[in-house]
Amino acid sequence: MASIPELIVRLKRQDRWFAVLGLACTLVGLVTLLILLAGLIRDGHHRLFDPAFYASFPSARAARAGILSPLVGSILLAFVTILLAVPLGVAAGVYLEEYAPRNIWTTLIEINIANLAGVPSIIFGLLALGALIYGLHLDRSLLVGGITLALLILPIVIVTTREALRAIPQGIREAAYALGATKWQVVRHHLIPYSLGGIATGTIIAMSRALGESAPLMTIGALTFITFLPPPPIRSQPPFVNFQWLNSEFTAMPIQMFNWISRPQAEFSALAATAGVVLILMTLSLNAVAIILRYRLRKRIKW
Amino acid sequence: MSKLSGKVRIDGSSSLFPVVEVAAEDFQTATRKGVDVPIAHAGTGGGFKRFLRDEIDICNASRPISEAERKGCQEAGLDFIELPVCFDALTIAVHPGSKLDSITVEQLKTIWSPDSQGKVLKWSDVDPSWPETPLRLFGAGADSGTFDYFTEAVVGKARSSRTDYTGSEDDNALVQGIKGDPGALGYIPFAYYIENTTAVKALAVDWEKDEEGPVRPSLETVVAAKYNPLSRPLFIYVNKKSAERPEVRAFVEFLLINAPRLVVEVKYMPLPSTAYQMALQRFRDQKSGSAFQGKPEVGVKIEDILAREPQ
Repeated sequence: MASIPELIVRLKRQDRWFAVLGLACTLVGLVTLLILLAGLIRDGHHRLFDPAFYASFPSARAARAGILSPLVGSILLAFVTILLAVPLGVAAGVYLEEYAPRNIWTTLIEINIANLAGVPSIIFGLLALGALIYGLHLDRSLLVGGITLALLILPIVIVTTREALRAIPQGIREAAYALGATKWQVVRHHLIPYSLGGIATGTIIAMSRALGESAPLMTIGALTFITFLPPPPIRSQPPFVNFQWLNSEFTAMPIQMFNWISRPQAEFSALAATAGVVLILMTLSLNAVAIILRYRLRKRIKW
Repeated sequence: MSKLSGKVRIDGSSSLFPVVEVAAEDFQTATRKGVDVPIAHAGTGGGFKRFLRDEIDICNASRPISEAERKGCQEAGLDFIELPVCFDALTIAVHPGSKLDSITVEQLKTIWSPDSQGKVLKWSDVDPSWPETPLRLFGAGADSGTFDYFTEAVVGKARSSRTDYTGSEDDNALVQGIKGDPGALGYIPFAYYIENTTAVKALAVDWEKDEEGPVRPSLETVVAAKYNPLSRPLFIYVNKKSAERPEVRAFVEFLLINAPRLVVEVKYMPLPSTAYQMALQRFRDQKSGSAFQGKPEVGVKIEDILAREPQ
């Protein structure tokens, strides 16, 4: 048997080894992202700071082509997606975590949701094509695109909501019940506000993944060449808002990139790289918003 | 033309996409943005599916409409006008270091026919005088009109091909594959060859059924109808009812009139000018139907096809 000092030396060595290994593992992700970003910037830096690139529509002439319609399309798509997925997902999460009885049905639902999170995105595209476009005869519009992406991220929103609710100490609920609060009052005044940070983070991270999805959007027939923007949602005359844009045809960043990268001319590959940098920056800024939100919401919680 | 408004909806072949896109762009400028021309590229088959559902006005096609699709049109009560827009030439590409200069269609058939699967594996299996090195094949994926046309032209039966090759819908990937493999042989659309002339080498193609001898793919040989059987016309199919709308009519006429210039700009090959005249005439006369029997034809002059009465 080894002496105590020898044992300490050996265990300390193992400790250092694990620290090195862990650092290496962490770097794999980080370095991959950096290499990707550096490669895209190298290929696509020419137009990155050209305002015309953001203000022009796609074009058959590489020098004139821009990302106005896919950029606006992606932003509107994200807006519709969040608007649909968050209320649905949070309500479902709260119900499953706080209200639903533990029985075989809820277990079944839970397993289903977990499985749904692992379904490939193109299947959601097929679902939307079959149910919404062929079944309900909806147009191949922003609304249908938003519903598709919302369904795609819904399981993630539900799971994050439940995780965030579970992180709230049981004592908070018990204290509120002790004061005579109903279940809904507990949820509304305590659980939702406290879990908002976690929910927002999960949702935004899911959203930034959905932003890069092209397969489900291609399936429902998002366009590639489109030189008009949806009608603006806000008008100067009453009633000031207008929902026509929901029915508008659209294109999105990953679809435009896919089109450019499959062209024979090298100039278009460069444009695809530039659009790639923009897409990564969009995702990174969404993630930054998530971090800031979480930080600010956490600060308000005092327990 | 500046008073026009409305929308012309287009979907279909990705091969034809660049040509229609550049036409749409210039048409929108010419109409001062009065007409929107949204274009998607779901592929020829995908485009026809939407065409049959009456969701689009124009379907881009890299092959003639099939028998089943024609039947679908009849059932849906749709009439269509078939108009050729430009040529595409399939290029037989090999590694730039290859000593080979030309290949016969018979040899291509030996390489690509389904019977060769697992048997023709070395260059020497095709021609004993060729090196005894591995032959690695690259070609179009089975969903593309390019696949349909190549198999029809080379093997003699549409969609009949060996399957032990690297297939991709992404032609840039095929170029990369051929560039990186000294034993490679593949077929790619001409536009991808002309942008990569240092990365891959094009073989001259010798068709036994004509007297031309080995012909290299180029703008001149294709337009002069000498690069056979691997040059093919690309079409648009216009919904006849849509063609009554002034914006659709104006767009199609704009496309046919400006095609010689636009087609060259995006590195495709224009039809002879008489063919555009004939196509324009057919469109103005609203003559519906197809001049094909539901499958691609090989080595026929485009003027002869246009001279047929469409059925």
